[in-house]
Amino acid sequence: MSTAALTHAPDDNAHDDHHHDPGFWQKWVFSTDHKMIGIQYGTTGLAFLMFGFMLMMVMRWQLAHPGEAVPYIGGLLQAIFGSSAFQPDAKGIPGVLTADGYNSFGAMHGTIMVFFGIVPVAFAAFGNFVVPLQIGAIDMTFPRINMASFWCFFISCIFMCVSFFVPGGAAKSGWTSYPPLSGIADSGALNHFFMNGQTLWVTGMVFNITASLLGSVNFIATIIQLRAPGMTWMRLPFFVWAQFVTAFLLLLAFPPLEAAGVMQLMDRAFGTSFFMPTGLIVNGAATHWSGGGSPILWQHLFWFLAHPEVYVLILPGIGMVAEIIACNTRKPLYGYKAMVGAIFVLGFLSFIVWAHHMYMTGMGAKVSGFFQVTTVMISVPSVILVTALMLSLWGGSIRFTMPMLFATAFLPMFGIGGLTGIPLAFNAVDLYLHDTYYVIGHFHYVVAPGTIFAIFAGVYHWYPKATGRMLNEFLGRLHFWGSLIFINGIFFPMFLQGMAGVHRRWFDGGVTYEQIIKPVIHWNNFMSVSAFLLGAAQIPFIINFCWSIWNGRKASDNPWDATTVEWDTPTPPPHGNFTKEITVHRGPYEYSVPGADKDFTPQTEAPKSDKAHLAAPLVAAPAH
Amino acid sequence: MQIPHEVTARPDTGLYNAKLGIWLFLASEVMLFGGLFSAYIFLRMGAEDGYWPHGLLNVPVGAGNTAILIASSVTVVLAWASLKMRKFSQYKLWMGISILCGALFLIVKLAYEWPQKFEHFGAFIKKDAIEHYEKYLGNHHLKEKGLPPRVEISGHLHEVEIAADPAEKEKLEVFLKQHDLEAKPDEHDAKLQIVCSEKKDKDGKREGIRPGVAEDLEKVPGVKLIAFELGLDPINAAPDNPESDKPHFLYKGPTETPGKIERKDVEFYSSFAPKHSSYFAVYFTITGLHGLHVLAGVLIMLYFWLPIEGGANMFKRNPEHLANRVEVVGLFWHFVDLVWIFVFPIFYLL
Ligand code: HEM
Ligand SMILES: [Cu+2]
Repeated sequence: MSTAALTHAPDDNAHDDHHHDPGFWQKWVFSTDHKMIGIQYGTTGLAFLMFGFMLMMVMRWQLAHPGEAVPYIGGLLQAIFGSSAFQPDAKGIPGVLTADGYNSFGAMHGTIMVFFGIVPVAFAAFGNFVVPLQIGAIDMTFPRINMASFWCFFISCIFMCVSFFVPGGAAKSGWTSYPPLSGIADSGALNHFFMNGQTLWVTGMVFNITASLLGSVNFIATIIQLRAPGMTWMRLPFFVWAQFVTAFLLLLAFPPLEAAGVMQLMDRAFGTSFFMPTGLIVNGAATHWSGGGSPILWQHLFWFLAHPEVYVLILPGIGMVAEIIACNTRKPLYGYKAMVGAIFVLGFLSFIVWAHHMYMTGMGAKVSGFFQVTTVMISVPSVILVTALMLSLWGGSIRFTMPMLFATAFLPMFGIGGLTGIPLAFNAVDLYLHDTYYVIGHFHYVVAPGTIFAIFAGVYHWYPKATGRMLNEFLGRLHFWGSLIFINGIFFPMFLQGMAGVHRRWFDGGVTYEQIIKPVIHWNNFMSVSAFLLGAAQIPFIINFCWSIWNGRKASDNPWDATTVEWDTPTPPPHGNFTKEITVHRGPYEYSVPGADKDFTPQTEAPKSDKAHLAAPLVAAPAH
Repeated sequence: MQIPHEVTARPDTGLYNAKLGIWLFLASEVMLFGGLFSAYIFLRMGAEDGYWPHGLLNVPVGAGNTAILIASSVTVVLAWASLKMRKFSQYKLWMGISILCGALFLIVKLAYEWPQKFEHFGAFIKKDAIEHYEKYLGNHHLKEKGLPPRVEISGHLHEVEIAADPAEKEKLEVFLKQHDLEAKPDEHDAKLQIVCSEKKDKDGKREGIRPGVAEDLEKVPGVKLIAFELGLDPINAAPDNPESDKPHFLYKGPTETPGKIERKDVEFYSSFAPKHSSYFAVYFTITGLHGLHVLAGVLIMLYFWLPIEGGANMFKRNPEHLANRVEVVGLFWHFVDLVWIFVFPIFYLL
């Protein structure tokens, strides 16, 4: 029993206003406080980002040095992941990634980065921590559901981690998990019917999706119900809008994948044929499925989620970048209203473009044509967002703080990602580029130097609020320049390789097809070296992140002189967030307003004419 | 710390938190079942001729269950209205009825509808053997009438005929014993020819052999299935009877008319389990998921009905809060009801 429970008389009224001192478990583990849940999501998500990155580094080694044992840690890897993923080389040195191992690492890299890294950090962590503060709420509408969301997510993490250690290894059918491959994989007589990579993957995904659904209901309800007095819709910071639309995407796009996940689970555990076609022959033998199912059905259900999902990946990032740009250019966002409009159009259109991932399935000219048109249409709001952010820089007195460096780099990087998507939108071009490294380059530019840079920007921006300490500037710059240079070193050559025809799933770096791709195969080495150096560039960040918690420079309540409400709290904010009643009087970006006393006017500051009545709080306010 | 608008509506949105929450949740539920229903459409449109069965479900039972659910949707509204009028005993009554209806629905599913499927046997006939089974399939007759052909023979599995390798006899005997199977060896044959069926029950009624057991039997080393002997479903018993052209409205179980199918002519056989066909796959997935929703609804309603903190005891402290809770579960219950209104026609009638 916790001390808190003991010190309270049993007849204590549950609804009193006393501040309970929560015990260790309630404060740090089973917390219902949105900030703690945000931090839990954030640290778990960052850890998974690192894990996913390591999987990728092993794959990159293999691509540059096919058939060679991973140096230094090969033996360790083989000991951990077992003989289905690693084998000794000809000389008996352990640690050569097998084809199965490569597929497994690839599938898990994609799954982990998307569903266990970016979404938990960009959406769940920042959303949980920042959104209630920004709208002046004391917590989420449903704190206990919020906690349930995190623990549901945690269970899904366990499923994914455990799946590496079952016989046969983790899932190997790609993050898209296309059947019939994903139906056949790990379903032999030797595999346990449940404890096998692919089944654990599907089960983990069902939990992950449930966590997202619980989270998104909470986000939307919070933004609608708990805005502080005066926080009208058009006074919401852009980040809140971004999270609002993202939550809707998750709410409506994820359930069909959950349905698909349940069906795949039925296929795997109960032998149904939702996705297994009639007359399937594997290795020359007929399979035990009754058939009649449709692999294409899975693709439809998967991409019905997964296209909106790519906007789930990017919109919170754009939101964070918008906040940071406004604050560091000391200038209102250019075209705030147009951006809000654009993000809604984007959200809507993202539901009707999914089959541009399926041009190769032969849907017919009419259907392909439809999706081609909608896909081209969706680039319009995307361009509006990027252009508005670019124009926001114009004429600003830019402070190149750490968050701002990442935010500025985000713009051209996201730009490259978006622009390279447009050729893919066209059926005729995509038939050639589909499943090549070009596509890998395209989406990594959007999510890696795009969203991940936005995440870094957000970490540098809000870290002071969460911990009360600033991150170190020098280490930050080291981190930034290293990341920017090497990340381009990895992803830019992908366009060249892809256009030359390098397929995205060759496990040997293309050695087998060397005749075809000779002119570009040499890039493999360059890209892999860049990947390792990018890894090295994260070391200053990791050090900075851990060291500054206790040793960083102390942060004031509003270290960036920002206007939005989250800076109107003590640092770090206590349980319940605010020490005063919050009333919002103005829009989110009143920077450099002509005639104002300072170059920023917080949203909570009452208009001048009212100052006389509110003299008392205003005298107290400048103290910080 | 008290979250605002937990009980009273926020003036500009007109909603209290949980009501908004449940509407959002239901929106996602619509997409969840939407995904499953689109799978139904996709699979049905893609099914080859004859592979989408009709008339296998008991329409009157399904209709009865539909009525039960609709009634409970009404009573849950009455329960909420009683709370709004602060009439506690009426609330207990109406809520109690709603809970009973939900439970009854589940009992019908669990005790009758689902288990029955696992007793029923169906075998899809290989394309080149279809002609051979014309007497059960009646395809000539159907062709004349311009109806889609039949490819499956179904009924109750009475006996299976197997050939066993004498060398592996022990494993077979263990299996027979485990599953309480009766074996009648055919002495005349050089090989060990056996006919298996499950033992008769106390009343001497023949139980037949469950299809799942037949599948397992086939996996026993040295065992080869030769033929199935079954009591045919009415359609296969009298395939040319015009009455069988359309699915029967009133469900008719398998007859005692014997039929025999050779294992070598069978493409795929099983009970009417999920793996049997796309039809049963979607049937079990959708009704299963729907059943889970019913179960959840019943448990939550029970929670609000029982005299506990957070449940009916709330009436004294904060009746409006209890009314809100009942309204929210009521909305959920209407949704569950609505899903069934779609499930019933697409599986039972169409
Ligand atoms: C700006 C407009 C965009 C257009 C026109 C576009 C178009 C496309 C198309 C047509 C494909 C399919 C290529 C193929 O598989 O052959 C694709 C793949 C992809 N896109 Fe985009 N895209 C855009 C923006 C984005 C954004 C913002 C993101 C993510 C944050 C993103 C992430 C992805 C991903 C992850 C894939 C590949 C999925 C896979 O096959 O594994 N895209 N894009
Ligand atoms: Cu897409």
